[in-house]
Amino acid sequence: MASLREKWAGRSVRWGRIAGRELSTVAITMFGLLLVTFLIARVIPIDPVLAVVGDNARPDVYEKARLDLGLDKPLWQQFAIYIGKVFSGDLGTSVLTAQLVTEDIKRVFPATLELATLGTLIGVSLGIPLGVLAAVNQGRWPDQIARVIGLFGYSIPVFWLGLMGLLLFYAKLGWVGGPGRIGVAWQDFVTPVTGVLLIDAAMQGEWEAFWDGFSHLILPSAVLGLFSLAYVSRMTRSFMITELQQQYVIAARVKGMSEARVIWHHALRNAVVPLVTVIALSYAHLLEGSVLTETIFAWPGLGRYITNALLNADMNAVLGGTLVIGAVFIGVNLLSDIFARLADPRAR
Amino acid sequence: MRHVAKLLAASAFAALMTTPVLAQTPKDTIVMAKQIDDIISLDPAEAFEFSGVEVGANVYDKLMGVDLKNNNALVGELAQSWTVSPDNLTYTFKLRPGVKFHSGNPLTAADVVYSFQRAVTLNKSPGFILAQFGFTKDNVLEKVKATDDTTLVVTVSKPYAPTFFLNCLTSGVASIVDSKLVKANEKDGDFGNAWLKLNSAGSGAYKVRAYRPNEQYALEANEAWYKGAPKNKRVIVRHVAEPASQRLLLEKGDVDIARNLSKDQLAAVKTNANIEIVQGDKGYILYLGLNQKNPNLAKPEVREALKYLVDYDSIERNIVEGTYKGHESFLPKGFLGAIDDKPYKFDPAKAKELLAKAGLPNGFTVTMDTRSVNPITDIAQAIQSNWAQAGVKLELIPGDGKQTLTKYRARTHDIYIGQWGPDYLDPHTNAETFAINEDNGEEAKSKTLAWRNAWDIPAMTKITQAAVLETSADKRKAEYEGLQREHQKVSPFVIMFQQIEVSADRKGVSGWAIGPSSDTNFYAPIAKN
Amino acid sequence: MSSWTDYLITDSPASRRQARLGQFYRQWLAFRRNPLAVIGLVIVVALLLIAAFAPLIATHNPLTQNLDGRLLPPSAAHWFGTDSLGRDIYSRIVYGARVTLVIVLLVVVTVGPLGLLIGAASGYLGGWVDRVLMRITDVFLAFPRLVLALAFVAALGPGLENAVIAIAFTAWPPYARVARAETLIIRNQDYISAVRLQGASQWRVVLRHVVPMCLPSLIVRTTLDMAGIILTAAGLGFLGLGAQPPIPEWGAMISTGREQIFDQWWVATFPGIAICIVALGFNLLGDGLRDVMDAR
Repeated sequence: MASLREKWAGRSVRWGRIAGRELSTVAITMFGLLLVTFLIARVIPIDPVLAVVGDNARPDVYEKARLDLGLDKPLWQQFAIYIGKVFSGDLGTSVLTAQLVTEDIKRVFPATLELATLGTLIGVSLGIPLGVLAAVNQGRWPDQIARVIGLFGYSIPVFWLGLMGLLLFYAKLGWVGGPGRIGVAWQDFVTPVTGVLLIDAAMQGEWEAFWDGFSHLILPSAVLGLFSLAYVSRMTRSFMITELQQQYVIAARVKGMSEARVIWHHALRNAVVPLVTVIALSYAHLLEGSVLTETIFAWPGLGRYITNALLNADMNAVLGGTLVIGAVFIGVNLLSDIFARLADPRAR
Repeated sequence: MRHVAKLLAASAFAALMTTPVLAQTPKDTIVMAKQIDDIISLDPAEAFEFSGVEVGANVYDKLMGVDLKNNNALVGELAQSWTVSPDNLTYTFKLRPGVKFHSGNPLTAADVVYSFQRAVTLNKSPGFILAQFGFTKDNVLEKVKATDDTTLVVTVSKPYAPTFFLNCLTSGVASIVDSKLVKANEKDGDFGNAWLKLNSAGSGAYKVRAYRPNEQYALEANEAWYKGAPKNKRVIVRHVAEPASQRLLLEKGDVDIARNLSKDQLAAVKTNANIEIVQGDKGYILYLGLNQKNPNLAKPEVREALKYLVDYDSIERNIVEGTYKGHESFLPKGFLGAIDDKPYKFDPAKAKELLAKAGLPNGFTVTMDTRSVNPITDIAQAIQSNWAQAGVKLELIPGDGKQTLTKYRARTHDIYIGQWGPDYLDPHTNAETFAINEDNGEEAKSKTLAWRNAWDIPAMTKITQAAVLETSADKRKAEYEGLQREHQKVSPFVIMFQQIEVSADRKGVSGWAIGPSSDTNFYAPIAKN
Repeated sequence: MSSWTDYLITDSPASRRQARLGQFYRQWLAFRRNPLAVIGLVIVVALLLIAAFAPLIATHNPLTQNLDGRLLPPSAAHWFGTDSLGRDIYSRIVYGARVTLVIVLLVVVTVGPLGLLIGAASGYLGGWVDRVLMRITDVFLAFPRLVLALAFVAALGPGLENAVIAIAFTAWPPYARVARAETLIIRNQDYISAVRLQGASQWRVVLRHVVPMCLPSLIVRTTLDMAGIILTAAGLGFLGLGAQPPIPEWGAMISTGREQIFDQWWVATFPGIAICIVALGFNLLGDGLRDVMDAR
């Protein structure tokens, strides 16, 4: 009894130590991220004051705005002030939108989340079967086709694919909604609660608005989904090939288990652990990779928000946005690490 | 279970097929597609960008206005009548009685005083339009006084031309705000600036119902407007960055009006029977600024040669047709004293001759900072190929957002291609920036376009400054005409085009009138049948 | 011929050179059996040829404008039509191959050594050097890559060279990771210990012995990455921050065609197809190379 308790205690201490180490790593990485962002955004030869006062402002107005932004202080002081505020949860005000950066992010992040989530769903639901198919038929034509599809996903410029998609499915065929998140007519039907349009619309029973939103969402997420599909299918293939060579698979086959059962129930189940990591990574990539997609589809998301802020030297917005994406990225990595540790008996 | 899934899939498909087609805008609502990402603030004391000012024009009333149908002549709006003292220093305005704000508060002379006081004290970008008449945050309450509820007395610092002062009162910064409502929303003595950035407190045709930066704004009609209820109940303006998308939305009936179509889209919608095109001259001037710090560009012959080296006709016909028209002087058509002279035509032989005279028979190499937006990029590339014909090698430096502007303001460019929009409806606004440079030093107080191009012109500065004190409108007009002809000859500005604002409307939309500035784009007369 | 093959495939090579050539030959034989990889190779070789002989292959000068003949549809005179300034799109795409190639080569030349050195140093030296370098790598990895490149270009000013620097700045972390992982395996092997015992300096060990061993996996990684580099460069060009006009860069060409996409589809379509084909070529080639060179 006592030994068991000791064992548990020992384990929790170990977990605590791991967690502590991970946390300090995260903190250092985040700090570095902010420092790099801050420095880059500061050396950009774009005058942030212009975003506040416009081009025609008189010198005195200009000077006042510069002082208001604290740009007269030395760089390290500006950075120290910023970091201090971040710790108290204040990301400052965006000069472009005149709103709190936290409010802005609350508004734009769900839009990106929506896009990346559906993109990943599309990628995973098509990518895993494709990868399995390729692995089972290793070297034969289904494998080659899967390989070409996967490589295509890595080779097509998303902004071009988006344009072509709009040309075909929106302008010519009229199957999907155009740029933007929802048709103008439905714009004000849905009150943002979660910020995720489809969920809000469904909760409020605005089904027409829901379908309209969906018709706008499907094309950009399909474009993003192709990248996810490429990644997931290729990784699935390689994990499955490893699994299919394992002893237990051969044993199952010898026992006369049906091939479908061997593949889908045994081999795939064991490949799930590394796959979760892959899917998580691809999800994080879609979040950051949406800059171009959002530009093409006029999607009011985080990628476009950061880009726009950057080109106007809107410091607080750039830093806040980068912080969020960085946090998601690190968080996803961390979670998939923990998951792998929990799920993998060897790591335990 | 299977059936349900199939049913769901089928209905999803059906929804996909039908939704884009059924989109029709409500009858009493006008939906516009427009680029509105330039909005910094909706506060009339701060708004200075095209879209922000346009919102103000439809939400607030001003003392003075212009009559679009009568060559932009001055008319009283909230001011029922006014008198000017013989020394041209004191103006007395009689306000229109019975006007109410959206909140129901009555509009009085005290609101005017408060509005002017906050514009001068906040001193945001457009603040100088009022402050140039000698108002400061310390003296504004003495210079602008309400003697009773409907009488306002204003004293200016110099005997300016009355047309100059009254023209300035038509600009957005002179909008009258609801002092009670704004005071209720003041925070830390900010005159309600933070609140007014996103909300409205006016008496005009509409009130702001919702504004989401970079997404859209929605205005709601003020049925009790003193000029009569607007012809529509609601105006929704949605940010659509891409002209091509704007056109599609228009053709599909998702919007009633598209505001930013480019030349090629206009040509395409012209053949569409469901779409009509409305246009109005805008005051925006497209020009090249030649930095005089560059020794080659400082030579007068080179400046003249470059003016002969732009193929104005071909660029107008092929790149900007319908959105810009040829214009070679700094006052846009529609302004007092504007001239129509076009002394320069594309003439590479003449340009080569001038370059040879300047000691550059083989041309030279020079850079141009170019914003990566159309039509600027296309025009720049056309000029690049024009100039090559005389041996001038032009390198384009693309830039985005505020990048090129930052460089221009620091005077580190060679050539800048850009637009200039007048700040208010008086010739002085453009004359000041194109033809005044009081101090060409780096730390100058006033940084006009002439300063940005390091063009040192003490004599012309004096002439231009004298023109605002000329009380006779006719003489004033003649002075500006002479000034521009001289400017065309010697200035380091290659003025090329004046913008035409074009709007494409669905058939059945009527009444939409585009004025000469953003201050004069009015939504109230727009109706749909 | 057959004597050559005999020489190459012999089981008992007489010299080090023969062994190495023989290994290459065997890898080539394996490579040749993979039709997709051969297609990739053909595409990449074609790209090189097109870039080299652009003036012969193009039908027009890629920079000559003809404003009266703008936005013409594809025809016998202009195979891929003309753009908004009346330039021949086919000729611009042909010359664009040069731009693409230059970008890819410059990035690879900068990124490969940089990543290799950081990774090898980190892995071999270990300790605090490793910790510091890997933290820096993490910071760069946590960045949205395109946004980081955008920021760099904005800081340096737009243009081809700066785009290359920006891409290089964002592309090195994965290389460093790969090189570090390889190094960790290599550094504990006996022959490295042997070299060390002979008194070689740390840098000498890293440069002469560790780095060369990391090369195969890095070559594979580079080839696979070239497609990514092409796409990033095109993305920057698309956002107006890549090559300066009038340089015929494919991404920028798509960007200018964006405005006409619904009426003059050809302006944006053809440069996009060019990017796809070239990126696919590099991907197929890299995939094939990985199969033969990087069996692990």
